[in-house]
Amino acid sequence: MSEKEPLFSPKNRKLIFNPLSKDNPITVQVLGICSALAVTVKMKPAFVMALSVMVVLASANVIVSLLRNTIPNRIRIIVQLVIIALLVILVDQVLKAYVYDVSKQLSVFVGLIITNCIIMGRLEAFALGNKPWPSFLDGIGNAAGYGLILMIVAFFRELFGSGSIFGFQIIPDVWYIKNGGFYENNGLMVLSPMALITVGIIIWVHRSKNRDLIEKK
Amino acid sequence: MKFIRKQLDKMKPSFEKGGKLSSFHSMFDAIETLFFVPKKTAQSGIHVHDSKDSKRLMIIVVLAMVPALLFGMWNTGYQHFLSINETADFWTMFWYGFLKVLPIIIVSYGVGLGLEIVFAQLRGHDVKEGFFVSGMLIPLIVPVNAPLWMVAVATAFAVVIGVEAFGGAGMNILNPALTARAFLFFAYPSHMSGDAVWIAEKADAFSGATPLAEAAAGNSLPSALDMFYGFIPGSIGETSTLAILIGAAILIYTGVGSWKIMLSVALGGLAMGYIFNAFAANQFMEIPAHYHLLMGGFAFGAIFMATDPVSAAQTNKGKWIYGFLIGFIAVLIRVLNPAYPEGMMLAILLLNVFAPLIDHYVVQGNIKRRLKRVKVKA
Repeated sequence: MSEKEPLFSPKNRKLIFNPLSKDNPITVQVLGICSALAVTVKMKPAFVMALSVMVVLASANVIVSLLRNTIPNRIRIIVQLVIIALLVILVDQVLKAYVYDVSKQLSVFVGLIITNCIIMGRLEAFALGNKPWPSFLDGIGNAAGYGLILMIVAFFRELFGSGSIFGFQIIPDVWYIKNGGFYENNGLMVLSPMALITVGIIIWVHRSKNRDLIEKK
Repeated sequence: MKFIRKQLDKMKPSFEKGGKLSSFHSMFDAIETLFFVPKKTAQSGIHVHDSKDSKRLMIIVVLAMVPALLFGMWNTGYQHFLSINETADFWTMFWYGFLKVLPIIIVSYGVGLGLEIVFAQLRGHDVKEGFFVSGMLIPLIVPVNAPLWMVAVATAFAVVIGVEAFGGAGMNILNPALTARAFLFFAYPSHMSGDAVWIAEKADAFSGATPLAEAAAGNSLPSALDMFYGFIPGSIGETSTLAILIGAAILIYTGVGSWKIMLSVALGGLAMGYIFNAFAANQFMEIPAHYHLLMGGFAFGAIFMATDPVSAAQTNKGKWIYGFLIGFIAVLIRVLNPAYPEGMMLAILLLNVFAPLIDHYVVQGNIKRRLKRVKVKA
């Protein structure tokens, strides 16, 4: 370990890019499903949620990694929780100050980032045993993987459920039945079961593209 | 028939292994076995051979649905002319309904079989015959005014998510036709319930509510006899209990449908109906218990949906429990939750999910009982 490792060595790059596909927190590790169902009705809240999780996860990873040699093993969970809670409260306050309407739509789910399994999972599995810089990259990568799935799910749910993308109407108004057309928004897309099914379809497609993800019998 | 055989034999080599169209062999296979009993026999192990293969079973179910379908076509015309206050003769009504119902059947079969064939090619298995029945069930359980593209979307959803995601026909947990119906019900509620959707080109002043909706609103109901014969608004195939019972007779006579399930569904519905009668806290609870068997999709669901051999319980004792709970819960949902007038759909889907659990406990109970007998002797 005499020579200094470059910041973006292949190993570190893997930390960012693996969670996007082969080690995705939602579709492969099946973590953080609850919030993926709750905040993906529209793309804007989903995007803000993904950003918030990224901030919290990256900072929490760095802080825990810095403290990893001082945290007593037996009370490490509660220490981690305090750190996450602090960060979540900060994020919540920032959202309330600058994007109040989105913050209202996300309601309790910002607060519930504390219980998001991805964050605890990464702290336990990675930050406790690694240096700050790799931990930071790991946090960014996992949050990006989480956000990617969130955005894909939200894209389909908003497009078919509300006929818009990021709040812009995509499906022309004259298509709707109430305006004499033939089209109707799909009410099931707005309900959370359809988010679960959408995630399921993503997993299905993902696995048939990456055969090595399928468990051996 | 000979002509068809000749043509098929002529085409056969190019579909067999090594032929230039071999990747489409499952499609050819499906068409060939539709006309002729396959020549293939089991190659190994002990097997019981029966002339009934699943394609023939499915055709019997479709045949059993024909009375309900024909009546549904006529009733579509009858309700239409009734609502615009005109009189028409029998054939005019039937022809009107025929033209309304036929496109729905074509869309349902076209989309469903099309997807089935696509998946068969992709996954390299044969085209399964399960969709024969589902493709006929779907048109019978939608309102006649359902837009065709919605039927297409729902059919696609049922085939892809309800069946193929679980590994194809025979592996599905839920009844595919009901999956399509549930999808429509939750995705496009304004086109699947209410009183505007059941009658084709209805005059505005005419109330087109189904008896179920009338009962939930506390209004007066059509007579029991009218509901039994089916002169009421409703989904295309569900209105006539009489036509459905003819179908039931065919299913029971040929041994395709389980009479245990049919009977126990009716018993469950009656039991819950009588319980509500005993409380009689509101008008809906007071309606006679046997009305529940005649209204809405109860009879249709009991005969054609609950008995689906793939998604129903398999053990004899399990069938009684499964059927009874379907009837029981269907009436429960209907009366206590007026937001979901069609409790039958939800009840069958719920019990579809529980069927394997019921079977598991029936089998375990049987094992335990017999083990005890062994121990006593020893």
